[in-house]
Amino acid sequence: MALAKISSITGRGVYVPGNDIDTDRIIPARYLKCVTFDGLGEFLFYDVRKNADGTDKPHPLNDPKYQGATILLSGANFGCGSSREHAPQAIQKFGFKAILAEGYAEIFFGNCTTLGMPCLTAKREDIAAVAAAIEANPALEITVDLAAGRVRFGSHAIAATLREGARDALIHGRWDPIGELADGLPAAQALAAKLPYMAI
Amino acid sequence: MPKSLFEKVWSAHAVRELANGQTQLLIGTHLIHEVTSPQAFGMLRDLGLKVAMPHRTFATVDHIVPTDRFAEPFADPMADAMIKELRRNCAQFGITFFDRSTGKQGIVHIVGPEQGITQPGTTIACGDSHTSTHGAFGAVAFGIGTTQIRDLLATQTMALERLKVRRINVTGKLRPGVYAKDVILHIIRTLGVNGGTGFAYEYGGEVFDRFSMEERMTVCNMSIEGGARAGYVNPDETTFAYLKGRPYAPKAAAWDAAVAGWKATASDPGCAYDDVVTIDAADIAPTVTWGINPGQGIAITENVPSADRAVTADEKASIEEALAYMKLKPGSPIKGTKIDVAFLGSCTNGRLSDFQEVAKYLKGRKVAPGIKAIAVPGSQGVGKICIELGIDKVFRDAGFEWREAGCSMCLAMNPDKLIGDQICASSSNRNFKGRQGSSTGRTLLMSPLMVAAAAVSGAVSDAREVFSVKS
Repeated sequence: MALAKISSITGRGVYVPGNDIDTDRIIPARYLKCVTFDGLGEFLFYDVRKNADGTDKPHPLNDPKYQGATILLSGANFGCGSSREHAPQAIQKFGFKAILAEGYAEIFFGNCTTLGMPCLTAKREDIAAVAAAIEANPALEITVDLAAGRVRFGSHAIAATLREGARDALIHGRWDPIGELADGLPAAQALAAKLPYMAI
Repeated sequence: MPKSLFEKVWSAHAVRELANGQTQLLIGTHLIHEVTSPQAFGMLRDLGLKVAMPHRTFATVDHIVPTDRFAEPFADPMADAMIKELRRNCAQFGITFFDRSTGKQGIVHIVGPEQGITQPGTTIACGDSHTSTHGAFGAVAFGIGTTQIRDLLATQTMALERLKVRRINVTGKLRPGVYAKDVILHIIRTLGVNGGTGFAYEYGGEVFDRFSMEERMTVCNMSIEGGARAGYVNPDETTFAYLKGRPYAPKAAAWDAAVAGWKATASDPGCAYDDVVTIDAADIAPTVTWGINPGQGIAITENVPSADRAVTADEKASIEEALAYMKLKPGSPIKGTKIDVAFLGSCTNGRLSDFQEVAKYLKGRKVAPGIKAIAVPGSQGVGKICIELGIDKVFRDAGFEWREAGCSMCLAMNPDKLIGDQICASSSNRNFKGRQGSSTGRTLLMSPLMVAAAAVSGAVSDAREVFSVKS
């Protein structure tokens, strides 16, 4: 199966402000009770988005203005905490195709990349500029350009980067490594045979 | 050229370089549990792939099990579906499952070491961020997502970028009443919750040389809370003594060969590190978190911070957000904060020595009226020894509920949950908003003895005073 080459994503954006937004916030543990990832989108940011009775709290993702946004903006150390892939899965299944933040926790970043959802990093003031433009015009079209390392909106552009390995994998359609890893299986088996603890 | 353990283990397991520059890394030991693995088996079936090395994957069930009474089917149908799915996947693909009936079930990060599966010089991965725990043995161990679990099942390898290594020395001697938990809370407080991004932490120095394996595990466990995907301690005689005789440890002649190999994997004297941090053990006090991430910790003698003391705008916002959620008064002492629940357990502090240490002081004391106190052994094995030693009785007599093995209230994917905005004195690893099962629940992280002190006093207390810990 050929993977999509993800070199640029265009869509509307929504800003969820805050630093250190952890994976329990992105999807509370009680919604991890599942044997597939189907339907996780509805639990995205559940506890900050919903009251106990299931009604909406004020939250950017509940705001009709931002419905249909595909680019999620946030702060520093986004996705810290658990390794649960349920977090990026919930973000993706909600409809997001890319994230723009000041920085990411390591495991979360890797999980997103493997799902073909680029996590770009930009400076705080630049993210604030994009967020301000979105607030002024929620219908604003934003282009996240991985190849150019830019995010363009209206007549403006900011620098937005991605670690080289991830950028390369996304641009060349190698973000899901399973095919390449499977090609290396004979070599892996040969190496395993040399390690006593891996013997059968 | 002298090399660090991380470099040696990485090179020994590097299969090849991938087209995007990442390394295809062989993972010698793969641990799975019911929450993050079922979707991976689903992906495997969709792709028509087999498990490449089923003898190198080990399974247990921990997150969803009820700890008050283990009876199947579980009352929660989704939890019941998850344990059945794990059982089915293990049976179909020939994977060893430490099911409840084996007597070896427990939290995955307690079971691996207990069975002797966790060994020095190995690579270990598990779909759980606290996999860093296994680094205590001098393994390179990290948490992964579900798609990577699929990769591991299919190929026993994964695509990774090499980490940098930060050496963290803790020199001198810990003061009485100061524990491994305080050491890691202090490290995270000092270096920040994202200070370790891109790094593996190598812990060393006199404090770690003296630490037992269980203490080393407590510290390594929370590496991820400081942003470090992996954390490890170089293997030494303490490591070997712990492993000897365990079910999966090498036997007879293979033991001596293994020990020689393990010794050689330790970091060479004079090896280069990307960063070195030194902490004086004397600066570490019993530590308690007051906020909503594990870096928001203070010594028990300190006051809850106020936002006007913040240096940066970010810090100010973060303090304000945490204070609002925690409903704590800025500038007030953390000591004396009333609690509702005391939780002793988790992959951080649910081992034999945790219960043993608390039992020493808890004997003859009573949990304060109105406080719900639960003690949850991390594995069936830990529970069994505690019962043999009469430790469970000390806890029960004091008014704790003595439970069966599981993750319990660390993350509340099971019936153990906070209610409303209850405050919990907890020996677990995360104090994120809503972590313990209620969207307004509040968590204060601390050492097991501090949890016991809070339980008997009904409020956050200095365990050294409550239990007259001798200096």
